[in-house]
Amino acid sequence: MTADFLVEMKQITKRFPGVLANDRVDLQVKRGEILALLGENGSGKSTLMSILSGLYRPDAGEIYVEGRKVTFKSPREAIDAGIGMVHQHFKQVDTFSVAENIILGSKEAKFLLKAGKVEKEIEELSRGYGLQVDPTAKIWQLSIAERQRVEIVKMLYRGSKLLILDEPTAVLTPQEARELFQVIRQMTARGQSIILITHKLNEVMEVADRVTVLRSGVAVATRERQQVNQRELARLMMGQDIIVPSKKNPGQFGQEVLKLESATADSDSRRPGLKDISLTVRQGEILGIAGIAGNGRRELAEVIAGLRPLSKGKILIGGKDVTNLSPLEIIEEGVSYIPEDRLGSGLVPNLGAVDNLILKEYRRPGLGRGPFINRRKAGEFAARLIQDVGVKVTGLEVPVKKLSGGNLQRLLLARELASSPKVIVAVYPVRGLDIAASEAVHKMLLEQRSKGAAIVLISEDLEELLKLSDHIGVLYKGRLMGILPVEEAEPEKIGLMMLGAQPGEVMAS
Amino acid sequence: MIRLERRSAPSPAGMVLIPLTAIFLALLTGAVFLYINGLGSPKGISWGQVLAVYTGMLDGAFGSGYGLSETIVKAIPLMLCGLGVSIAFRMQLWNIGAEGQFYMGAFAAAWVALSFPDLPACVMLPAMVLTGMLCGGLWGLIPAVPRAYLGVNETITTLMLNYVAILWVNYLVFGPWKDPQGMNFPLSKPFTPAAVLPTLGNSRVHLGLAFALVLAVALWIALRQSRWGYEVTVIGESPRAARYAGMNITKNILLVMFFSGAIAGLAGMAEVSAIAQRMQQGLSPGYGYTAIIVAWLAKLNPFAILLVSFLLGALQVGGYSVQSSGVPAAIVFMIQGALLFFVLGGEFFNRYKIVCTGKTKMEV
Amino acid sequence: MTQEFLITILATAITAGTPILYAALGELLAERCGILNLGVEGMMLVGAVTGFVFAVRSNDPWVGVLAAMLGGGALALVHAFLTVTLQANQVVSGLALTLFGTGLSGFIGKPYIGIPVENAFKPVTLGFLSDIPVLGPVFFHHDPLVYVTYILVPVLWFFIYYTRPGLHLRAVGENPAAADSLGVSVYRVRYLYVTLGGMLAGVGGAYLSLAYAPTWLENMTAGRGWIAVALVIFAIWNPLRAMLGSYIFGGIDALGFRAQAMGVMIPSFFLKMLPYIFTILVLIMVTRKAMANRVGAPGALGLPYDREER
Repeated sequence: MTADFLVEMKQITKRFPGVLANDRVDLQVKRGEILALLGENGSGKSTLMSILSGLYRPDAGEIYVEGRKVTFKSPREAIDAGIGMVHQHFKQVDTFSVAENIILGSKEAKFLLKAGKVEKEIEELSRGYGLQVDPTAKIWQLSIAERQRVEIVKMLYRGSKLLILDEPTAVLTPQEARELFQVIRQMTARGQSIILITHKLNEVMEVADRVTVLRSGVAVATRERQQVNQRELARLMMGQDIIVPSKKNPGQFGQEVLKLESATADSDSRRPGLKDISLTVRQGEILGIAGIAGNGRRELAEVIAGLRPLSKGKILIGGKDVTNLSPLEIIEEGVSYIPEDRLGSGLVPNLGAVDNLILKEYRRPGLGRGPFINRRKAGEFAARLIQDVGVKVTGLEVPVKKLSGGNLQRLLLARELASSPKVIVAVYPVRGLDIAASEAVHKMLLEQRSKGAAIVLISEDLEELLKLSDHIGVLYKGRLMGILPVEEAEPEKIGLMMLGAQPGEVMAS
Repeated sequence: MIRLERRSAPSPAGMVLIPLTAIFLALLTGAVFLYINGLGSPKGISWGQVLAVYTGMLDGAFGSGYGLSETIVKAIPLMLCGLGVSIAFRMQLWNIGAEGQFYMGAFAAAWVALSFPDLPACVMLPAMVLTGMLCGGLWGLIPAVPRAYLGVNETITTLMLNYVAILWVNYLVFGPWKDPQGMNFPLSKPFTPAAVLPTLGNSRVHLGLAFALVLAVALWIALRQSRWGYEVTVIGESPRAARYAGMNITKNILLVMFFSGAIAGLAGMAEVSAIAQRMQQGLSPGYGYTAIIVAWLAKLNPFAILLVSFLLGALQVGGYSVQSSGVPAAIVFMIQGALLFFVLGGEFFNRYKIVCTGKTKMEV
Repeated sequence: MTQEFLITILATAITAGTPILYAALGELLAERCGILNLGVEGMMLVGAVTGFVFAVRSNDPWVGVLAAMLGGGALALVHAFLTVTLQANQVVSGLALTLFGTGLSGFIGKPYIGIPVENAFKPVTLGFLSDIPVLGPVFFHHDPLVYVTYILVPVLWFFIYYTRPGLHLRAVGENPAAADSLGVSVYRVRYLYVTLGGMLAGVGGAYLSLAYAPTWLENMTAGRGWIAVALVIFAIWNPLRAMLGSYIFGGIDALGFRAQAMGVMIPSFFLKMLPYIFTILVLIMVTRKAMANRVGAPGALGLPYDREER
């Protein structure tokens, strides 16, 4: 056993029903280095790190920390051994203060909670690393970037030696991401080791010292950063050369289809909803919407889909006022909605493909007579859609929750695009999908664009927005900071607008 | 080392074995309590005597034509109430107010029978059915309105209304409806023969059985083949997906709770008309509560509800028949509760299997 | 007459509210850790009957209370096993608990119906406290189990909001994944508080059979367990508000009771309906208010927790 490594994982195997998530994976982390763990969505990165952080138990394999063999039965034991993970979905209690979240489960606090003392400690610790957090603030009041800092401070407070960051930049603006990278470099200078889970090649090149590449649950290679280039990494990650992304034709815009006039709405939480949003989308146009989570992206989608009432303003579709009509009436106006959570609202997890595919079709006369649904016709309808988009299903009645993310999204798109919609609202349409599946989804959206649909694409991925959109709008605190033609939308500029800058100010700076 | 592993699909053997095991374990639980209770009594008890209680119950429920017909008589209200609550459960509406809806149905039917004693049977019985269903349905609608519009927890409100309904009926039979010739018992005047549902031959098995059978078939078709049934299924599985698909959840909550109450009301009507033939205190020995178990054990399947009702009806008749030998009737409720526990616990083994891994070494 | 009447009503409100208070505090603890237990009625009944049986046999009411705690706690443990370990539906498991508890209590209690308990809890005065005008007779002419709540409620309140285990309790109810990731054992916390909750419900039942109406009757809780569940919502999961709510319900109960004695011409059946109708109205009102303020139930209430859920 070489003690050069802070942490060593050997021959780790983890199986989930029907999936071999990790297959005899080896991984080593040195002291004070930034190791990138690179792989596509579904390649087993998060599973591997959940094992290292004690959340899952491996089916086989061994873990060594500073040369000693360890078995983690819970995250607590991993934390005690100096391994802390910042998950993509922050593990925080929204109603608690920052300090309460940080001392939760910590051995420091005795029976009584001494808020003042803890708050001071946290402030000192966070200042030392250049991570600004207000220990008295409640989590729900914080921005995403601040919440991420809280997670990092939480791990440092527990004396973490190895910090695992799961896709930390996915929720940040380019500026925030750069700031984060600076912080973690400072941390390595103070002896911390970092594992950065990512699927972005440029991040590996920008910040990592070494990189381990995972593909379909197997560790295919480990390289020094200086010895690789992006092209080689891409080939290692996908097992083939980069898929040539679908090219968008120049836009041919027709009439105005969707129009929002000073649309204003509340949100569910205590965050701002939408304020005074005005925009138009024409036939054959994709309007991309950028913005950090919690700034009104979801509310905007729901407002257009008729799922959230407007308190002020108007929505017009094809010139017709559809403000505050029921969701059903909006559907009948030709609006399709690809929601953020496929299994939560787009699909019914426990029902089969047929029942899911007729979700918006069952009222139509084609599928039955009077109050009855013709099951045979419904089956034929579903089979046709499935064939059209090439979804792989084991059976038409098997619960759809058993499908992979890519197949789920194809199923959803098949249904939503079947009725040749006039307006399409797509929210994070490729979240969690691997590159091939993402490409298929993008192709379907671009097809709809050439067919003349007006599309609103809401995404957290700037690259995706720049690739597909004709125009890009930026939301900040429920307001639209401006809409730019895609040619003028540089990532830096969009990033600043996501943090509240007006387009004019951005030009000046 | 023993580990749990998630199943990708429930095993077919489990679907049969789990309910059977649950029934066995529930009866075993009852036996253990019988034994412990017997130990405390001056005479003591042996396991043979415990077994004798069960054979006595079995004999009481199935041992004679009379026993069998009584089992069916007890099964009828369970079938109807079970079908009623099953529609609500399908939409994740925890209607545990079938007991009250049963009483209000019985009350309305009795009101027709007592207020218009001169009606001929061909008018009287349909009128009793309709008012009974209407009143039970409205009683179900009361908690549905705050639930649909404000999101008020229906579990508690439906249950509270049970007490109100029972107190209301008690008020009537102790007060304004009390039969002057009833020797001061809490009973109304008996109904005229026109207000009594026809029975099968000499037994007490009545037309309510036909109501239950027809309803089961109708429900099965409605849930499987109709647009409305599809909506109810989707809303029950995922309210968010239903809203997303433009379904009217508010309307469906009201509708389903009305139907759920109406069917329980029909059960009350049948019971008061065919069995009691007058309004009385304690008309139901808790049919509305047992119906919850029926619906859950049957996995909300209408035909399974008929079968499970028959079994639990037998348990109830068996329980009564051993009461004379000093076994408290409460044992019936206890076994039913235990049965629900074991079925619930058993569902876990539909989702997981236990795997023994021999080779894994544990090191600390 | 009016002042005396008021004092009697208020004092009765406290005795009538105390069994509900115990049960509500128990349910509050269970719900705070994220487990909905609708079996309160069943646990109270089992508490009432075991408390009664053991008090009669030992001739010591405190032995009865201890037995009631064990009885209620044992039932709650079954609920915890089903909902925490086996991840069963919490609503249905709670209903099963109520049905089972109702049956079990009737079964155990059969031979004890109509037997008097010699040594029931009796009011004791607390020196000068009991001599304070108005407050003394309202608050300090009660049995010891009432006094226990005077200490228990503020202690629980302080425990939940200002101690480390209290923080863990709240965290498990709000976001079990977060608590688990920091080494708080979600299973242990849930087992602990669900069981404690059952013990308190058991004491609430024993209060009925050993202090409030010292006797055993089948179904003697008469829906108080369900009222307790509703009260927890009214209390916004805060013990102090639960105490207030319990006394309001006790007051309504008492008013119905006293109104008859005063010769009010309303049939007793309608007066007995009051607490149930009031519960429904209160639920409607709090739900509206909760919607307006967007404060509400613990975030993970009613949801099973599975660490490897994907």
